[in-house]
Amino acid sequence: MQIKNGEAFDTSDIEVLSYPDFYGRVVELLAPETHHCLSYFAAPHAGSLRLYAFIAIDENAFIEALAADVATSDTLQAITAERPEMHVFERDIHEVFGIEFAGHPWLKPLRFPHNRLAGGSVYDYPFFNIESEEFHRVGVGPIHAGIIEPGHFRFICEGEKIHHLEIQLGWQHRGWENLMLSKKKMLQRAILAENIAGDTTVANATAFALAYEALAAADPNPTLTFERTLALEQERIAVHTGDLSAICTDIAYQLGNAVFGRLRTPMINFFQKWCGSRFAKSLIRPGYTNFHFTDALADDWQKTADAFEPHFREMADKMFDLPSVLSRIERTGVVSTETAVRIGLVGMAAKASGLARDVRATHPYLDYASLDLKPVVKNSGDVYARARVRYEEVLQSLANIRSLIAQKHEITETPKGDYLKLRPGKTVVSLVEGWRGVLCHVAQTSQEGQISTYKVVDPSVHNWMGLAMAVRGNGISDFPICNKSFDLSYCGHDL
Amino acid sequence: MLDSLKILFHQGKQYIPDVTTTDVPGIFRGRPVISDAQVDETALVDLCPTGAISANPLSIDLGRCAFCAECMFACPQKISFTKDYHISANDRGALVVRAGDNRPIVVDPDKVRAEVKRLFGRSLKLREVSAGGDGSCEMELNATGNVNFDIGRFGISFVASPRHADGIVLTGPISENMADPFLDAYNAVPDPKILILAGTDAISGGIFDGSPALNRSVLDGLNVDLYVPGNPVHPLTFINGVLDMLQRKNR
Ligand code: SF4
Repeated sequence: MQIKNGEAFDTSDIEVLSYPDFYGRVVELLAPETHHCLSYFAAPHAGSLRLYAFIAIDENAFIEALAADVATSDTLQAITAERPEMHVFERDIHEVFGIEFAGHPWLKPLRFPHNRLAGGSVYDYPFFNIESEEFHRVGVGPIHAGIIEPGHFRFICEGEKIHHLEIQLGWQHRGWENLMLSKKKMLQRAILAENIAGDTTVANATAFALAYEALAAADPNPTLTFERTLALEQERIAVHTGDLSAICTDIAYQLGNAVFGRLRTPMINFFQKWCGSRFAKSLIRPGYTNFHFTDALADDWQKTADAFEPHFREMADKMFDLPSVLSRIERTGVVSTETAVRIGLVGMAAKASGLARDVRATHPYLDYASLDLKPVVKNSGDVYARARVRYEEVLQSLANIRSLIAQKHEITETPKGDYLKLRPGKTVVSLVEGWRGVLCHVAQTSQEGQISTYKVVDPSVHNWMGLAMAVRGNGISDFPICNKSFDLSYCGHDL
Repeated sequence: MLDSLKILFHQGKQYIPDVTTTDVPGIFRGRPVISDAQVDETALVDLCPTGAISANPLSIDLGRCAFCAECMFACPQKISFTKDYHISANDRGALVVRAGDNRPIVVDPDKVRAEVKRLFGRSLKLREVSAGGDGSCEMELNATGNVNFDIGRFGISFVASPRHADGIVLTGPISENMADPFLDAYNAVPDPKILILAGTDAISGGIFDGSPALNRSVLDGLNVDLYVPGNPVHPLTFINGVLDMLQRKNR
């Protein structure tokens, strides 16, 4: 069944296939490069399990929705064997429900969730190993040297050269999806959504709000639509600028580190002026907002951006012209287009590897159709490309906000508080392009109109494998810049 | 080289000269003030997403507050938030702001251990551990060291190894999967050591409190030297809290 981003439909309209038919359809659908899996999960259904897959058909701006009924005792043929991008989803279903996937290369634990059927603790992870006198292993984490979230990296190296990197996640698992079902107040759910990942507050809160409003058949409010679009672009500017600073840190380029770092400050402080939080927590709510984008804020933004842009350009021009910077970031951490397709990369990392995956352009929502956005695409797939995409996207986002403000209209007020009523028996797929890539929120309601399923796929779920591929053959001392160039989320993955 | 100097010159002065008194831009929500107005208190208790509000007298526990602002919008005659970012305390009870209170939240000097002031007063090295943190508190702790806030000027910095640290700063609601790594890091810090809980999630679990995927019992029996509320913590709340804990009079 073909559905649209952000449009709720009757769950019963999804055709339920036999598993072999489901398998065949998914394998076939995922063949073209413009198709990729957004979400694939299992949900309890009538004492058994129902599988749901949602596959983006980018060239036609729709999503293919498929389902199949299976039993937990089943052994199913692994789709991963044909389409490697599915490996995380099958690992997830196996870990939580115990379903076996025959032909999956290795059904490793994904995030050690509290409700897993598979036993074992986070300390029992089955790492890949090569027994050899020539190789040694390097373990890093879960706690890292800097102030960042935890995860474990296990390298297999020959001297300085990385042959293999395995990334073990799950340390950050907070039981988010279960909390989303057990907390019944809309406000609690909105706050859960904005606390999925602190660097993606606006995008997650917006994906949630759009899903919630669609389930309640709320009429879109033009003011909220405008404000959310603007906030998403602002979040991108702030994080990309901070990431350019961090990339400079990891190549010991002190000037870039300091200048991009200080340029990020007015951008996150702008959110504090708008809503009281530098990370835009409290800004986005389903059906309303407490913080409209006033004319005074529009003036303030213009001034902030006018002061920011020349300094940002000057610093970036210097950085991308400096041989000592280029020699560290060019041809470092390469992911080829072919690999990107096979592993299902999305967002910024995909764009740096030649794939124009950006749902702002391919599955437009909010005001994106009117912005007519062309994704920034680079082909070299290296740290340089990922840094360069950020640079150009910051300029693009500045231009987007300028054009949004130019079309600004009168504020249309909304009622406040928890006034939306969810309709029973519906499903919605809500896609929002965060600065890192596509966020996919799938929500379903029960016959009583309660949220019965809420699944979140952070772009990091697809892209962690990209980092593992990027570092192969690189020196281990280049791992930090490779890692930073992806800047993936631990908590967004672990939930 | 000349271009680099030019770029440097273009930045002007970025550091905040006095981090204890500087104004924060915009409508930052720091310490709340609760008036004596008569309102439907149960409605506010029911509204609060994290159980931070109690009735009779109406109070807000900053250790639970998500700073979502909804109570303020629902009942502006009762609740307002000031921009006062001095909201860290060493006594958990001091984070509860009651109706009629309008006084600063302070670090109680009598409760600061003598060795903390004596040993760490002029140099403090901290190891950060995120245990289910969403990354925002972590970014704000990183920001304490940037050119604007520059916590390094006080001899305070974050280090890579717990063995080089005088204490742990914990963020996040404490996921079960990070409970043991946190304890390992804590135990690796030489005695005497300090423990700082940074952010609402770390202090109470925040919106995640009660999740079966957490293990907050690892905090049982550990001495907490400083609670820094916020969702996330503001760099100035953290810097001032630590300076107060160290009893730095001259700052
Ligand atoms: S601002 Fe704090 S006290 Fe008020 S409703 Fe939100 S979480 Fe509760």
